[in-house]
Amino acid sequence: MVSLLDIIGPVMVGPSSSHTAGACRIGLLTRALCGDLPERALIELHGSFAKTGAGHGTDRALVGGLLGFAPDDPRLRDALNLAEQAGLQVTFATTKLRDVHPNTARLTVERAGQKVVVVGSSLGGGRIAVCEIDGLPVDLSGEYPTLVIVAVDQPGTLAAITAELAADGVNVATVRVSRSRPGGVALHLYELDDLPVPEVVALLARLPAVRTVRLLAQVS
Amino acid sequence: MLDSLAQALSEAEQNQISLGELALRKEVERGTRPRAAIVAGLQRALDVMREARARGLKGDVRSVSGLVGGDAHKLARSVRGPLQGTVFVDALAGALAVQEVNAAMGVIVAAPTAGAAGVLPGVLLALADRAQAPDDALVRALAAAGLVGAVIAQRASLSGAEGGCQAETGAAAAMAAAAGVELLGGTSAAAVDAVGLAMQGTLGLVCDPVGGLVEVPCVFRNATAASIALAGIEMALAGVRIPIPADEIIDAMAEIGRTMDARYRETAGGGLAATPTGRRLARGRLGPVRGA
Repeated sequence: MVSLLDIIGPVMVGPSSSHTAGACRIGLLTRALCGDLPERALIELHGSFAKTGAGHGTDRALVGGLLGFAPDDPRLRDALNLAEQAGLQVTFATTKLRDVHPNTARLTVERAGQKVVVVGSSLGGGRIAVCEIDGLPVDLSGEYPTLVIVAVDQPGTLAAITAELAADGVNVATVRVSRSRPGGVALHLYELDDLPVPEVVALLARLPAVRTVRLLAQVS
Repeated sequence: MLDSLAQALSEAEQNQISLGELALRKEVERGTRPRAAIVAGLQRALDVMREARARGLKGDVRSVSGLVGGDAHKLARSVRGPLQGTVFVDALAGALAVQEVNAAMGVIVAAPTAGAAGVLPGVLLALADRAQAPDDALVRALAAAGLVGAVIAQRASLSGAEGGCQAETGAAAAMAAAAGVELLGGTSAAAVDAVGLAMQGTLGLVCDPVGGLVEVPCVFRNATAASIALAGIEMALAGVRIPIPADEIIDAMAEIGRTMDARYRETAGGGLAATPTGRRLARGRLGPVRGA
């Protein structure tokens, strides 16, 4: 059911909810997956993003998101200059991706020697979906607080993680696990109804199979 | 929220409340936010609408591509037109102003969409200025607009890519018409009549943006949609009624949208986008982003 404030809103920087507000959210989610402001970003634009991106400010909105600006932040317009000042080095390219939404970008971001590759699509009305992280298929909307966990693909990992969340009274809205190969690296995504306390996040990071844990705030 | 304006009208009349008040109560019933937070959200929308209009009327905004900007100021300052000095010109100038700010990557309220963001502030703020309406009346009027938009979203669409511009500026005109009637103290029945009277005038309107950008004709189409909203308000307050119920007009908009050729649904493949000049302007301005 649609809310009054979805119809009279959102408050956003124009000109387009899909090409500007959605692009900004993709940038924000990528920043969250990176952990903080990246040092370098390669932004590859696909489809309509590549074709009409400049006129819609898609480039500025994606970079604004990487800088941590929300879709209603007037600084989005100057994001390219502000990135330079903030020490974020951005390169743009166009690309053709297979089987993705027309409004899609692939962001390769680097920070402190760590690299994350994110493919995100803007679905319309400002809604987005991250459909790939580091080559693994995911479906991440940013509408919920989300735990992104990289773990070794071994039995009992999902059970151990959800047990810790349950002990904290956190309800899981959706779960998705994908992996490179059996026994390889598995990517766990938990979209949550509530934010877990920091102690739980620390406990999860100490589970034997778990490599990294990242808690993403809701991107609204 | 509600799936028909007939149902909304009957509930409003039964409870002897306005459509805007009904919309606020329905939103509280959804249980996601308390009334104070909903009202605060609408007040923020109102504040952003005012700021955007003031910014656009200054006349120094230019769109990212350079195709539009500065016309709101021109219209507001002109002494040439036969309607200068009336609420009509105020509404047109306000709609142009907000949509110019949108095209210039300024902050606006997508109501119901970014591409149709000029219509509601254009119409409502012009009426409120003349009537010296207080903010709480404007907030209720916005809630009434939201209710109409929610019904349109439910029965048809609010997306140009799905239903053409009739689903964006057409929906915005219908929302502004109902909100305007409520703001001026008309009955809820008159507000629903205004929805139908406005929307019948935008049926079939295509979405044909030059180069796919939210600029030409979007900026001007927000102004003409504001004029259609005013026509609906004026007729409804005079007691004019269109014999087709508003819900059925919305359904007709949905049907027209479903059968509209893809060229006319935001793809820049037809209409003004496909004119020789439209194509030439697009070629000069589209291009990939810098460095790509």
